[in-house]
Amino acid sequence: MSPGDAHDELARVVREHAGRLAAALVRLIGDFSTAEDLVQDAVVAALERWPVDGIPDRPDAWLFTVARRRGLDVLRREARYREKLARVRWPVPPEPDERLRLVFTCCHPALPRPAQVALTLRVVCGLTTAQVGRAFLVPEATVAQRITRAKRKIADAGIPYRLPSDADLGDRVGEVLTVVYLMLNEGYLSSGGEVASQRLVDDAAWLAALLHELLPDEPEVAGLLALIRLHRARQGGRFSADGGLVLLADQDRSRWDHVAIADAVALLTRAARRQRPGPYQLQAAIVACHAEAARWEDTDWEQIVLLYDLLLTVAPSPVTRLHRAVALRYVAGPSAALRSLDELGDQLDRYHLLHATRAGLLRDLGRPDEARAADERALRLTSNPAEQAILHERLRWT
Amino acid sequence: MKYVLLFVDTEQFHADLEALTPDDRARAFALVDEWMAEHRQVIRGGSKLQDRHTATTVRLDGPEPIVTDGPFVEGKEVVSGYLEVEVADLDEALAMARTWPGCPVVEIRPLES
Repeated sequence: MSPGDAHDELARVVREHAGRLAAALVRLIGDFSTAEDLVQDAVVAALERWPVDGIPDRPDAWLFTVARRRGLDVLRREARYREKLARVRWPVPPEPDERLRLVFTCCHPALPRPAQVALTLRVVCGLTTAQVGRAFLVPEATVAQRITRAKRKIADAGIPYRLPSDADLGDRVGEVLTVVYLMLNEGYLSSGGEVASQRLVDDAAWLAALLHELLPDEPEVAGLLALIRLHRARQGGRFSADGGLVLLADQDRSRWDHVAIADAVALLTRAARRQRPGPYQLQAAIVACHAEAARWEDTDWEQIVLLYDLLLTVAPSPVTRLHRAVALRYVAGPSAALRSLDELGDQLDRYHLLHATRAGLLRDLGRPDEARAADERALRLTSNPAEQAILHERLRWT
Repeated sequence: MKYVLLFVDTEQFHADLEALTPDDRARAFALVDEWMAEHRQVIRGGSKLQDRHTATTVRLDGPEPIVTDGPFVEGKEVVSGYLEVEVADLDEALAMARTWPGCPVVEIRPLES
């Protein structure tokens, strides 16, 4: 096993068990914050021991034993928790929707968004505070503070540890999906280190799959899962041998995982039968159009523009209008695309992709000087090294 | 758990309310009455406050207490009433606040046990 594989395996095992253990301990001792601290201690211990001793045969029992021992140790002054913990024996019988309760508590709308993300990664996915910090390029102390504050609010403000009422379910699922989507975005656009970013996309995929298993009737959950899987299926073509970002038009499509693409499309088709479209299903459908085209020239742009129109009716956003303009170029030509882009100038003037897209259209229209100026403006506005490299390249050759 | 719902008025809300016809205003108040009746079981107390022009603030963080006219924050939003409610958890308090038919902002605060 290579070090990379061992690392993945470790992450996978922790992810599979940490959330379950946290959920079980919250139920058994009745205190979210204390239970979560114990699990975090056990995870940190596992990350120290397992690379040396090997992953134990029963990782769940190992984590449980460490968390319990630790609890009996640190809870001396809190007799009520300690007594409850002392009575607990392995194996702990699971309850069916425990991890779902955990997710809903971590993503409660009364918590600020960054805290929801940090808490979900730590509690449900079993990341350490340091790993969360690395993934989001935030100092570990900041993450720790967000988590401490969030846990204090959960306890003091009476944020419940239970499933939302039916009336609230839709909104609350939306809240959870936003958190998962943020993980995908951050991991995919990778402002963090490469390993941490990949791990974040893996966590998002795992979390979406878990949610889909627990909430099979929610089409938007299936939509987000399909979206993540479609992105991951094309991961192989996104970077060149030297690690540079490759534009969609230039990607080697034989390096995409076509089986995974077909599976994701099937998942999306099943979700669509419920006739409750939403932003994640529509975004996945757009990505599916690209993923299913054998060559760039075969892309069904008319369908893509149509899907963007639908997306704009359910979730209006200037960035979505920008993407629609890109697709429009292949349906109605560069002048039409440029016109619809220029309507966005006020809102997206500080967004590098607006200027990079304008540059492409201006070049198509035979206006190279304006194109260069737009590329230079885009370059000044992005801090992502992969995107900077592409813009530099374009300025060098055109 | 016990919570206080703090109701917050804005100038805009005030102006909109003033602009209503007497009938419409009566309907708006009726909605609030209905809401109160619906939640009677969990409401432990509370009241609407008199208008902001009646507020007086005392500041004790200087060498001498300073008394000033007006609410404690100078701004467009001002606390206009409060209710003490007793419900299971924050979600139940949130569900109440979500359906509140009156002023545009509600702050939910748990009471110290």
